[in-house]
Amino acid sequence: MSEFALETTGLVKRFGGIVATDHVNLRIKQGARHALIGPNGAGKTTLINLMTGVLPVSEGRIVLQGQDISHLAPEQRVARGMVRTFQINQLFASMTPLETLVMVISQHLGLGKRWWQPLGQRGDVVDRATALLTQFHLMEVMHQRTEHLAYGKRRLLEMAIALACEPRVLLLDEPVAGVPAGERDELLAIVAQLPADVSVVLIEHDMDLVFGFADRITVLVNGAVLTEGTPQEIAHDQRVKDVYLGQAHV
Amino acid sequence: MDARSSLLHARRFKAAEWAFWCLAFAAPALLPSHALMLNEMAIVALFAVSLDLILGYSGIVSLGHAAFLGLGAYSAALFAKFILPDPLLGLCVGVGASLVLGYLCSFSIMRGSDLTRLMVTLGTALILLELANKFGDITGGSDGLQGVVMAPLFGRFEFDLMGQVAAWYSIGVLFVLFVLMRRLVHSPLGASLMAVRDNALRARAIGIHVNGRLSLIYTLAAGVAGAAGALLAQTTGFASLDVFAMDRSADVMLMLVMGGVGWLYGGVVGAVLFKLMYDVIANITPQYWTFWIGLFLVVLMRVGRERLVRPWTWFGASRKEQA
Repeated sequence: MSEFALETTGLVKRFGGIVATDHVNLRIKQGARHALIGPNGAGKTTLINLMTGVLPVSEGRIVLQGQDISHLAPEQRVARGMVRTFQINQLFASMTPLETLVMVISQHLGLGKRWWQPLGQRGDVVDRATALLTQFHLMEVMHQRTEHLAYGKRRLLEMAIALACEPRVLLLDEPVAGVPAGERDELLAIVAQLPADVSVVLIEHDMDLVFGFADRITVLVNGAVLTEGTPQEIAHDQRVKDVYLGQAHV
Repeated sequence: MDARSSLLHARRFKAAEWAFWCLAFAAPALLPSHALMLNEMAIVALFAVSLDLILGYSGIVSLGHAAFLGLGAYSAALFAKFILPDPLLGLCVGVGASLVLGYLCSFSIMRGSDLTRLMVTLGTALILLELANKFGDITGGSDGLQGVVMAPLFGRFEFDLMGQVAAWYSIGVLFVLFVLMRRLVHSPLGASLMAVRDNALRARAIGIHVNGRLSLIYTLAAGVAGAAGALLAQTTGFASLDVFAMDRSADVMLMLVMGGVGWLYGGVVGAVLFKLMYDVIANITPQYWTFWIGLFLVVLMRVGRERLVRPWTWFGASRKEQA
């Protein structure tokens, strides 16, 4: 196994004349808790879209677990373990949490094209789904249609779906965005308990969360990496302070 | 109920369903004078269920589903007339032709908005309509393809003038295809289609090949529509250009909406309802019957099906919502 779960080398994305991602080199260690921060418009979302394959790269390479995935289709990257969550919930409104997770797991195990078997035929798939439902506190609502769930529950399902894909690298895009204070702790506890062998990249605005969670932080400004370091180093970096106070000289 | 049995329960054939299908098979014997109408109901029901596969279960809107009905009808009719008059072989030919066309057309509906899809599918049906018109030497052009004589079903059951054999044949084919489609929508594949319908962005993000799924279901739905077309041509002994017409595509969508989208029985219920309404209303006001269909449609869409079938919720429900 390579030392890094995810590596980008000289990653560039241009939209016409605008450089949205400017020679980004990222190294995410196996099992890392890595945060990606930066002011609005720093290019965090573009970077996620490049890594997950939603946008084609203009230049550079993306290497996942030692394999070059720069030109793979999004679903092929998922199969290799690159999974993301969304800042704005992206769920399946008409399905229940149980159906959703059984469907995702079936899909992940390569059973997604079995039309002759009922959903739930495989006991091991259902067991895995119920384990996730328990872990994400969704057992009591597993038969409700997703569109009728409370926001906090939907936020949990958002993350459970990603975990059901058995990620090697999990990109969490502002996991607690919009979650009321009372339900935040439930979510944060789950983020803290993510399996140790899953490398997590956290994209977040909330600095308390970032400094509590991450062991490495990369600061992105104007599409380029400003600096990278431990939470300690970042907290004392004058340039980072300037950027967040709106006095960037970069 | 525990997780697994609740999932498996959804797939089980319920008592009411057995009752429905028994009644369907008994109907041609119970109402021999209405066998022709029953035959027609079964065919449009099959057509409507095939539309539900793409509209209800995959979210693809189409105003040209008649393209596949028409191709199935013409290919089955031509096969019977010029090659072999066996009904089941002809049915396979009709399905096969529509599967091929469905697969080719599936590339035209992958990208774009609902409006794009409506127009592309409508355009496809129009192209086929004019092709059938243009190649009149083979298809009979605007006179239609006449003189399609079918051999007995299974080599034993002659198609009678009353239409009883035809009705059983059509109901039988509807049943077999319905059971297969019912299996499909309750499978992991069916669930992944619903995922694509609900949220294609997320479906892709969990590793579903979205375009592949759309192509697959569009092809299958085309094949089922082709079966309906083949049945139509075989049991009426005739194929005419109106099988491609936009009315067909619009009517079938109307039926499906009446019966319920995203529910396989919706196609069947809608087809029966539509034909019955036609029969009853056209008897009263032969010229203005679509007025009542239109009124019904507006009320149905404004009030909502859930509430329409529960009259006791009509009054006071909104007050409760406000509370």
